[in-house]
Amino acid sequence: MSILGRLTLQAFQHGGITGLALIGTAVAGTLGAIAAAIWLTVTRRWGWAAGRARWLWREWLTSLDPKKIGVMYIVVALLMLLRGISDAAMIRAQQATSAGNAHGIVSSDTFQQVFSAHGTIMIFFVAMGLMFGLINLILPLQLGARDVAFPFLNATSLWLFVAGMALINLSLAVGEFAATGWLAYPPLSELAYSPGVGVDYWIWSLQIAGVGSLLSGINFLVTIIKLRRPGMSLMKMPVFAWSVAGAMALVVFAFPVLTVTLTLLALDRTMGMHFFTSAFGGNPMMYVNLIWAWGHPEVYILILPAFGVFSEVVPTFSSKRLFGYTSMVWAIWSIVVLSFLVWLHHFFTMGAGADVNAFFGIMTMVIAIPTGVKVFNWLFTMYRGRIRFTTPMMWFLGFVVTFTIGGMAGVLMAVPPADFQLHNSLFLVAHFHTMIIGGVVFGYFAGITYWFPKIFGFRLNETLGKCAFWCWLTGFCLAFVPLYILGLMGATRRLDHYDASMGWQWLFIVAGIGVLIICLGIGFQLLQFAYSIWKRHDTRDTTGDPWDGRTLEWATSSPPPVYNFALTPAVSERDAFWAAKQAAHDHPQSHAAYQPISLPRNSAMSLLIAGLSFVFGFAIIWHIWWLALVALVGVVGAIIARSTNEDTEYEISAAEVAAIEAKAARKSEGGRA
Amino acid sequence: MNPSIDPTAMSPSSKTVFGFWLYLMTDCVLFATLFATYAVLRHNTFGGPSGTDLFSLPFVLTETMLLLTSSFTCGLAMIAAHRGAKTAILAWLGVTFLLGASFLALELSEFSHLVAEGNSWQRSGFLSAFFTLVGTHGLHITIGLLWMGTLMLRLLRRGLTTISARRLMMLSLFWHFLDVIWIFIFTLVYLMGAIS
Amino acid sequence: MSRPTSAPQPQPETAQGSVGSYVLGFALSLAFTLTAYALAANHALPSRTLVTVVLGLGVMQLIVQLALFLHLGKGSKPQWNVSVFSFALLVIVILVGGSLWIMTNLNYHMISPTDTDRAIIHDEGVGP
Repeated sequence: MSILGRLTLQAFQHGGITGLALIGTAVAGTLGAIAAAIWLTVTRRWGWAAGRARWLWREWLTSLDPKKIGVMYIVVALLMLLRGISDAAMIRAQQATSAGNAHGIVSSDTFQQVFSAHGTIMIFFVAMGLMFGLINLILPLQLGARDVAFPFLNATSLWLFVAGMALINLSLAVGEFAATGWLAYPPLSELAYSPGVGVDYWIWSLQIAGVGSLLSGINFLVTIIKLRRPGMSLMKMPVFAWSVAGAMALVVFAFPVLTVTLTLLALDRTMGMHFFTSAFGGNPMMYVNLIWAWGHPEVYILILPAFGVFSEVVPTFSSKRLFGYTSMVWAIWSIVVLSFLVWLHHFFTMGAGADVNAFFGIMTMVIAIPTGVKVFNWLFTMYRGRIRFTTPMMWFLGFVVTFTIGGMAGVLMAVPPADFQLHNSLFLVAHFHTMIIGGVVFGYFAGITYWFPKIFGFRLNETLGKCAFWCWLTGFCLAFVPLYILGLMGATRRLDHYDASMGWQWLFIVAGIGVLIICLGIGFQLLQFAYSIWKRHDTRDTTGDPWDGRTLEWATSSPPPVYNFALTPAVSERDAFWAAKQAAHDHPQSHAAYQPISLPRNSAMSLLIAGLSFVFGFAIIWHIWWLALVALVGVVGAIIARSTNEDTEYEISAAEVAAIEAKAARKSEGGRA
Repeated sequence: MNPSIDPTAMSPSSKTVFGFWLYLMTDCVLFATLFATYAVLRHNTFGGPSGTDLFSLPFVLTETMLLLTSSFTCGLAMIAAHRGAKTAILAWLGVTFLLGASFLALELSEFSHLVAEGNSWQRSGFLSAFFTLVGTHGLHITIGLLWMGTLMLRLLRRGLTTISARRLMMLSLFWHFLDVIWIFIFTLVYLMGAIS
Repeated sequence: MSRPTSAPQPQPETAQGSVGSYVLGFALSLAFTLTAYALAANHALPSRTLVTVVLGLGVMQLIVQLALFLHLGKGSKPQWNVSVFSFALLVIVILVGGSLWIMTNLNYHMISPTDTDRAIIHDEGVGP
C-alpha cells in the first residue's frame, strides 16, 4: 500500500476535451490570479502590508459578518454557474452533432462525466449557493436583527461549501468525476461498475457541503425563531422570512437522509459493505428510495426562498401590499409537509404496485395546489397596483410564464401511466429545467438585482439587466421547448448519440442555439456587474431605500453598518418599514441614546476546519488512510480549540455607533437634497 | 444556583440550547434512516447467519443496564449543576463516563467477536446494516465521552461558569438522547431479532 | 455528598427535574426494559402479540425518558422544542413507514419473475 494510497501520476493525465478544458481553465485561472495579485498589490490590500493591512484576510476570509458571508456564497455560486453552463453547452453541442455517422465532440465516457458534473454543480453549488447567499445577506436585516443565531457556525458552513466546491473542481484535474448522473444510482455507482475515484469525488464533495447546509438550516431556523425584533410576531414577518423558515425546516429534516445515504454508498465502496450491491443481500432500490426521500424536499428547499423573493419584489414594484399574506404562510407550510409525501414520483417505473403509485401520484397533484395559490396571490397583488417594470419585476414575469408551463408538465407526469411514457425522457428534463431555471434561477437573479443596492450601495444598470433577462428568457425557450417535443417523440435523457433516422437533430440544433443565447445572457450579466461598478457613482443609493421598499432591510444605510441596526425599536405591523415611513410623515422620529454593541470577532478556525475537511475528503477518495486520520484528528482538535476560546466578541462603543450613524445620516441628507 | 451564572444558560429556551435540540432532531432523522435501512435489509442474510443466530440477549441486557444507569447519573450531575456544586458535578460525570466507557468496551468486544468468527459487515446486507446502525450509535457515544472528558477538564480548570453550565446542559441532552436511541436498538434490533 | 432537596426548584424557566423525577424515570425505564427482555428471551407470548407488547414497552420507555430525563414539555411557553420534536416525529413516521411500505411493495413486485407471477396470480387471481 503506497503512502499516497491509489494516487498516481496517471491521475493528472487527461486527453481530449477534458485536457482542453483543463488547459483552458488553468490559463484563465492563472491570468485571473495574476490580475488579482496585481490589483491587490497596487491597492495595498494584501495581508501583510502596513496601512490598509489585511484587507482580504480580515474583511472577507475570516469575517463572521453574514453580509460578507452572503457575498462570498454568491460569488462562488456565480463562478460555478460558469462551469455548469460550460457543461450544458458541451451537452448541447454533443447532442446537436452526434447523429448517425457523426459522433459529436466528446467520448461517451467524457459525456457521462459532463452531464453528471452539470447536474451536481448546478444543484449543489449554484442553486444552494445563491440561496444561502441571499439568506445570509437579507434575513437578519429583514428580521430587524444584528446577526444570525450562530455566527461562527455560519462561517463554517460557508467554508465547508467552498471545500466541497474545491473537491468537485479538483476532480477535473486530478482523477475523474462520476459518470453516473447527478444522483449516482447503484449498482452503477458501486465498486464493481465504477472502480475509479469519480463516484468517491461525488460522494465526499456533497457530504462536506451537505454538512455545511445542515448547519445553516439549524442556524437560520433558530435565527427566525429567536432573533426577531421585539413586536415582530411570526405573522408580522416578511414573507421572504417565512419562506426561509419553511425551506430551513426542510433542510433540517431532509439533509440527514442525504448524509446517511451518501455514507452508506461510501461504506459499500470503501469498507466492502453490502447496502446497495447487486449481490450479498444488497438492495439497490433502497438507495433510490432514500436518495429521493431527500431529493424531493431538496427541490422545495431550492424553490421556497425563490418564491419568497418574489413575495418581496412584487409588492414593492406594484406599490401595493402583498395579497393574501395568511394564505401565503399556509401555502408555505402545506408545501413543507407535502414535500415529504411525494418522493416516489421520481421512481414510478421502478416497479411498485398500483396502490403505492396511486397514493404518491395523488399527493404529487395535491402539492401543485399551494403553489398555485401563491402564483395567484402575486398576480392579485399586481392587479390595480402601480407597476414599475424594473429588472427584478421582469424576472418575476418571466417566472410566471415559464414556471406555470413547467408546472403543468409536472402535474401531467404525476399521473403514473403518463409517467411510464415520459420517465427519464427529455420531457422530464425539460420539466425540471423549467422549474429550476424559471423558478429558482429567475427568482435568485431577481433577488440579486433587487438587493444589490442594499449590500453594495449602488444600483445595477437597468438596461443591461433587461438585456440579460430577455436573453435568458429567449434562450431558455429555444433550449427547452424542443426538449419537451423530443421527449414526447420518445427521446430519452443522457444520450450521447442517436440514429439520424430519428429525425431529432434539428430540434437538438435549435436547443443548442438556445444555450448560446443563454450564454449571451450571462455575458450581459457579467457586463452589467462590470459596467455598474465602473459607473457606481452615478447610481449611488444614498438613502438606503432605492426602490421605496416595505420591509426592514430598507431601514438601514446602503451598505448597512456592520451591526445592521444601531437601535432596535419594537415593530407593530407587517411591512414594518412601510408603516414607519407613513408614520414618520406625521411624527418625525426622535430616538433613544445609542448603546455599545457586541459583535463576533473574526476567526480563522472556520477556514481551518473546512480546509482540513477538504484534505480528509481528498485522502479518503485516494485511499490515503493515514492522511485521512490526521485530517480528522485535526478537525476534532480545531473544534476543541475553538471551544476553549472565550474571547470571541468585541464591542463597538456608543460613541463610535453615534459617529457611524451620523455619517450615514449626512450621506442620506446629501442624497435627498 | 451560583448568582454569577446566567440563569437562562441551562434553559431549553436559550438560543444555544434550543439550537442544540434542533441538531438532536436532525440526529433523530439520521438514526431513523439507519433504522429504516436496517428494517429493509434485516432478512438479507445471503445464506449467512441472522440476528437470532448471532445476538446474545444477556450480553445486550448488560449493555442496556450500563447505558441506562449512566443516563440516570448524568441527570444527577445536572441537578448538581443547578445547585452549583462543582465537586458533585465532577463526581457524577465521572461515574457517567465510566459507565459509558464500559458500555463502549462491551460493544467493541461484541463487534470484534463477530468479526473474528467471519461475520463482519462484509458478509451480507443484514450485517452491513447491523454494524452501521449499532456502530453509528457507538460512534456517538465515543464523541459524547470525548465531550464529557473535555467538559470535566474545563470544570476543573475554570469552575462552573455560564458557558460551562450551558455546555453541560447540552451534553446531558445529548447523553439522554443516546439512551433513547439505544431503547430502539435494544427493542428493534436485538429483541425483535430474538423473537423472529 | 450533600443531599439535594427533593422538591422541584421554583424556576419554571429552567425546567429541571428533581432527584425524585430522575429516580422515577430510572425505575420505570428499568421495569420496562426488564419486562420486555424477560418476555422476549422466554418467548412468553405468541409471536404477533409479543412483537406488539415489546414495541409498546419500548414506546412507553421513550415517553418516560422524554418526560423525566429530557423534560420535554416542561419549559416556559412558547415551547419550540416540543413543536420541533413533533415535526421531527412526523417526518420520521413518514420516512420510516413510507420506506417500509414502498420497499415491501417493491420487493413483492420485483423479486424473481416466476415467483412474482405466481404470487400475483395467487393474490389477485389474474395472470400477467
